Amino acid sequence: MTLVRPDRRTALGWLAGSTAALATASCTGRSDGRTHLTFWAMGAEGTAVPQLVPEFERRNPGIAVEVQAVPWTAAHQKLLTAYAGDSLPDISQIGNTWVSEMAAIGALSATPAFASDLLTDQFPAVLETNRVDGQAVATPWYVDTRLLFCRTDILSRAGYDTVPTTWAEWKASMHAIKRVAGEGNYAILLPVNEFEQLLTFGLQADEPLLADQATRGNFSSPGFIAALAFYKSLFDEGLAPLVSATQISNVWTEFQRGYFSFYFSGPWSIGDFRRRLPPETQWATAGIPGPTGPGASAPGGSSLAVFRSTRHPEAAWAWVRYLLEPETQVRFNQITGSLPARQSAWEAPALASDPMIQPFKAQLARAEAVPKAPEWERIVTEMQIVAERMVRGEYTPETAAAEIDRRADRLLEKRRWMLERGGAS
Amino acid sequence: MKLKPRVIALNVAVAFIALMVLFPLAWMVSVSFMQTGEAATFPPPLLPDSWTLEHYRTLFVTQGMGQYLWNSFALATMATLLALGFTVPAGYAFAKLKFAGRDRLFQLLIGALVIPAQIGTLPLFLMLKGMGLVNTYAGALVPWLASIFGLFLVRQYALSIPDEMLEAARVDGASEGQIFRRVVLPTMQPIIVTLGLFVFLGSWNDFLWPLIILTDQSNYTLPVALAAMSREHVQDIEMMMAGSVITVAPVLILFLALQRYYIRGMLAGSVKG
Amino acid sequence: MTMQTVTAPAATREATRPPRRSDHRKRSRAAWGFVAPSLIAIGLFFVIPMVSALLLSLTDFDIYALADLNNLRFVGLDNYQNLLGNSLFWGAMRNTVWFSVLGVPLTLAVSLAAAVILNARMVLWRPIWRVMFFAPYVTTLVATAVLWNYLLHTRYGIINWGLTSVGLPAVDWLGQPSTSIPAILMFVVWKTFGYNMLIFLAVLQTVPDELYEAARIDGAGPWKQFRHVTLPAIAPTLLLVSIISVAAFFQLFAEPYVMTQGGPAQSTVTVLYFMYEEGFKWWNLGSASAVAFILFLCIFAITLIQLWVSKRLGATS
Repeated sequence: MTLVRPDRRTALGWLAGSTAALATASCTGRSDGRTHLTFWAMGAEGTAVPQLVPEFERRNPGIAVEVQAVPWTAAHQKLLTAYAGDSLPDISQIGNTWVSEMAAIGALSATPAFASDLLTDQFPAVLETNRVDGQAVATPWYVDTRLLFCRTDILSRAGYDTVPTTWAEWKASMHAIKRVAGEGNYAILLPVNEFEQLLTFGLQADEPLLADQATRGNFSSPGFIAALAFYKSLFDEGLAPLVSATQISNVWTEFQRGYFSFYFSGPWSIGDFRRRLPPETQWATAGIPGPTGPGASAPGGSSLAVFRSTRHPEAAWAWVRYLLEPETQVRFNQITGSLPARQSAWEAPALASDPMIQPFKAQLARAEAVPKAPEWERIVTEMQIVAERMVRGEYTPETAAAEIDRRADRLLEKRRWMLERGGAS
Repeated sequence: MKLKPRVIALNVAVAFIALMVLFPLAWMVSVSFMQTGEAATFPPPLLPDSWTLEHYRTLFVTQGMGQYLWNSFALATMATLLALGFTVPAGYAFAKLKFAGRDRLFQLLIGALVIPAQIGTLPLFLMLKGMGLVNTYAGALVPWLASIFGLFLVRQYALSIPDEMLEAARVDGASEGQIFRRVVLPTMQPIIVTLGLFVFLGSWNDFLWPLIILTDQSNYTLPVALAAMSREHVQDIEMMMAGSVITVAPVLILFLALQRYYIRGMLAGSVKG
Repeated sequence: MTMQTVTAPAATREATRPPRRSDHRKRSRAAWGFVAPSLIAIGLFFVIPMVSALLLSLTDFDIYALADLNNLRFVGLDNYQNLLGNSLFWGAMRNTVWFSVLGVPLTLAVSLAAAVILNARMVLWRPIWRVMFFAPYVTTLVATAVLWNYLLHTRYGIINWGLTSVGLPAVDWLGQPSTSIPAILMFVVWKTFGYNMLIFLAVLQTVPDELYEAARIDGAGPWKQFRHVTLPAIAPTLLLVSIISVAAFFQLFAEPYVMTQGGPAQSTVTVLYFMYEEGFKWWNLGSASAVAFILFLCIFAITLIQLWVSKRLGATS
C-alpha cells in the first residue's frame, strides 16, 4: 500500500497538471492597459467596419476594438448561442427585427441617459422597432426598406411614364407590361419562398397584423385578406411566375432579359445592378404602391446593441457614439452603400444627388413598424408557407388568413401565458 | 499460375478502387497549393501551374488557424489522457475483480450502447450551463469521460490476462493497486495505445458537441472553424482545401503510424462475441 | 446486441490459495475504487442527461425559460403531438428514411465487394490496400465534406467533368432536391465503406479454404461459391453491420450541415439536423428533446426488427 499511494498520486497529479497546463496556456491574457471591446458585425459590414477602427482608436487611446465578422446566415443563431453560453460580445450589430427577441431574454440594456441624444435625428418608424415598453434598447445604425426596382424602358413601351401609386393602376400597368414583354416573360417577381413582398402588402392595411398586445394573429382582418387576394391575383392572372428564389439563378441577368420588370429589393441591390447591368438596360427605383396611394413597407436595417453583460459600458457607448456620428455614417455609406440611420447624413452630396437612393428616403418616411413579438420571425415564416400553398390553389384568401391566424396563435401561446402572469412585455 | 487473366483482372480492380479512394485526398492536397482561382476552371486542373503556400499563410496569419489547431490538439490530448485515466482501471476491474452486482452492471452498460449519445445533448448542455462550463475546454471534454465503448474495449482485452499472474502477485503480498500498476498495465499496453488512438482521433474529428458547447470563435476546434469558414468562403476553393489539409493531415499521419493498433482494436470492438 | 459479454474463463485460479474473507472485502473495495470514477462520470454525463431528456421533452423549455426558469411549463405530450403535425418534421423523417434505404444496401454492397476482392489470394500487397481503403474512414468528416462539395461542384467539379467527358449531361448535384441525397450518399460511401470492409475481411479470413475447394469440385463458379460459401459464412456479421449502418445513417448530421445546410428545399434535413435546428437555432429545447426521443425509438425499433427478421430467417433455413 505505502508503495503504491505516492505513485498513483503522481500519476494523477501528472494528469491533472498537464490538463491544467494545457487549459491555462489556451487563454493568453492581454494586458496592455487598454479596454478591449469586442464588436460583432455581419456580412458586408463585418468586412468594412475594421476600416473605421483606427480613427476611433486614435481619438480614444484607452480603447481597443476587435471586430469579429459573422456571416448573416449564422448571425441570429450565433447571438442566441452566445447568450446561452454567456459569451456575448460587448456590442453587436443586430437585425432590427430581432430586437424584441433579444430584449425578451434580457440580453439588451436600455439606452443610458448620457447617450439619449443618439436617438435624435433618426427615422421614427425605424426607431420605433428598437423600442420595447417605450424604452430604446438598441440604436439604429443603418436603415433599409424595400422598394420597387423597375425596368423603365419596358414600362414606357407599355405606355407608362411613371410607376402608378395605387394597386389597381399598378396592376393595369402590369397587364400592359405582360403584353409587351414577350412570350414567357412576366411583369413582377414574387419568389414564393420570400415573405417580404406579402408582408409589405399586408402592412399597407389599416389593421395591425397582430392584435391584443401582439398575442393573437389578426390576419383575418379585411385589410390583410385584401392583401392576400391582391397577392394571389398577381399569380392567377399570370403576372408573376410561380417560382422560388432558389430557381432564379441570378436576379440581374433575368432582370436584364426582361423576365420580370418589377422587383422588390433593398438598397444593397443598387450597387449590384449598377455593376452588373449593361448601360442600355434602363431601370429606376420607385416607392411601393398601396391600396389607395403610396404604400407602406417594413423598416429594415441594423441596430447597434450594447449587451447587458458587457463589463465596459462606457467604452461600448463611446464606440456606438462614434459609429453614429453623421460624418462616420457618410463614410460608411461610401464604403458599403448602407443607408445612414441619421437623417442629417442624407444631406451629404453623395446621397442627396443619387436618384436611385432618394426614393428610399420617401419610402422610409412611410415605413410601418412590424409587430414587436419575439415570435415574429417564425410567424412570418409560417405566413409565407401558407401563402405559397394558397397561390398553388390549396386555400382561398379567406381560408389562408384563417390558417395563418391559427398558426400564429399557436406560436404566440407561450407569450399569452407569460403576459397573463405579467412575465413578459 | 493457371488463372492468369483472373489474377490481372483482380489486381486491376483493386488498383481502380484505390484510385477512387485516394484521388479525392490527393486532389485536396494539390489544390491547396494552387494559385487563387485556379481550381475554379473547367476542366478541373489536376496539378498546380505554379505552386504557392499563400493559402496556408493566409489561414495562419488572418484566419486564426493557429489557435484552432492548438484548440484541437489540446482538447484531443486532454480527452485521451482523461479517457484512459477513467476507463482503463474500470475496464480492468470489470474483467478481473469480483464485486457485488458486477455482471448485472456490465450488462446494463452494454445495453446502453444502443442509445445514441446525441439524445442527452440538450440536457447536458443545460447542466453544463448551470455549472458554468459552456464555452470551456472542460465542457468539451465531458463526454469523453463517460465512454461506455472504451470500458467495453478494455474489459474484453483484460479478460485475456491469466488469473494465475494476478494470483501470484497477490501471494507475494502485492496490494490491488500495485498489481494494477506493475502487472496489469504493462500487459495492457496494446489496448491502451488502441484506446488512446481512438479517443484522440474521435475528439479531433468530433463535430456536433464542440459545435454546440464552444460558442466563442477563439475556442473553436478545427472542424467547427472549418465548417464556419466554408459558409463564408465558398468561393475560395484553394484556401478551403488548405484548411482541410491542415485538419486531416495530423490524424491521417497518426493513423498510418499506428494503424496496426487501430485496426486490431476496431475488430475487437465490433466482431467479438 | 450481438456484443455478448464474454464470460470469464473457468475458475481454476483458486487453486493456489484458499481465499480469506478479508481478502475478498479488500479486493471488492479496490474494485469499487477502480470503477467509481468511470461509473460516476457515466452516471453524471450519460444517464442523468438521458433521463432528463425524457423529462425535458414534456416541458416547453425555450429561450424564455433559458432567460428565466419561471417561464417553464409542463406540457405533457404536447411537443410530440405538435411534431406529428409538423410537415417539416415529417420531411426530415422521410429524408432520413431515404438516406438509410438507399445508403445501407449501397455501403454494404460496396464494402462487401471490396472485401471479397481483397480476400482473393491472387491480389498483391493486400495489407497495403487494406490500410489505404480504410484511410478515408479516419479522416475528419467536416474537412472531407468540404472537399466533396468541390468534387460535386456543378461547373468545376471533377465528377461532372467525368460525366461530360463520356458524353453524359452535367448534374447539379447539390443544387436540386432530386439529386442531393444521392450526392451526399456518394460521399458517405466513399468515407465509410472501409470500416465495414475490414469487418467483412476479418470474417472472410476465417472461412476455411476447403469449403471453396469442395464447392469448386462440385462445379460451382465464382457466383455460386459466393452464394453458397461466402454468404452463409458472413450472414451474422452482415446483420450486425447492417444494424450499425442503419443507426449511423439515422445519425447523419455533419454531412448536410456542411454540404447543403439542409437544402435545397429542405431535401437533406435529417432528423438529427432537425433536432439541432429546433434546439440550438430556435432554442426550443423541449421540442428538440422530443425529436431526440423519437429518433431513439426509431433506432431501437429498427434494431429489434432486424434481430427478429434474422431469427426468423435462421429458423427457416
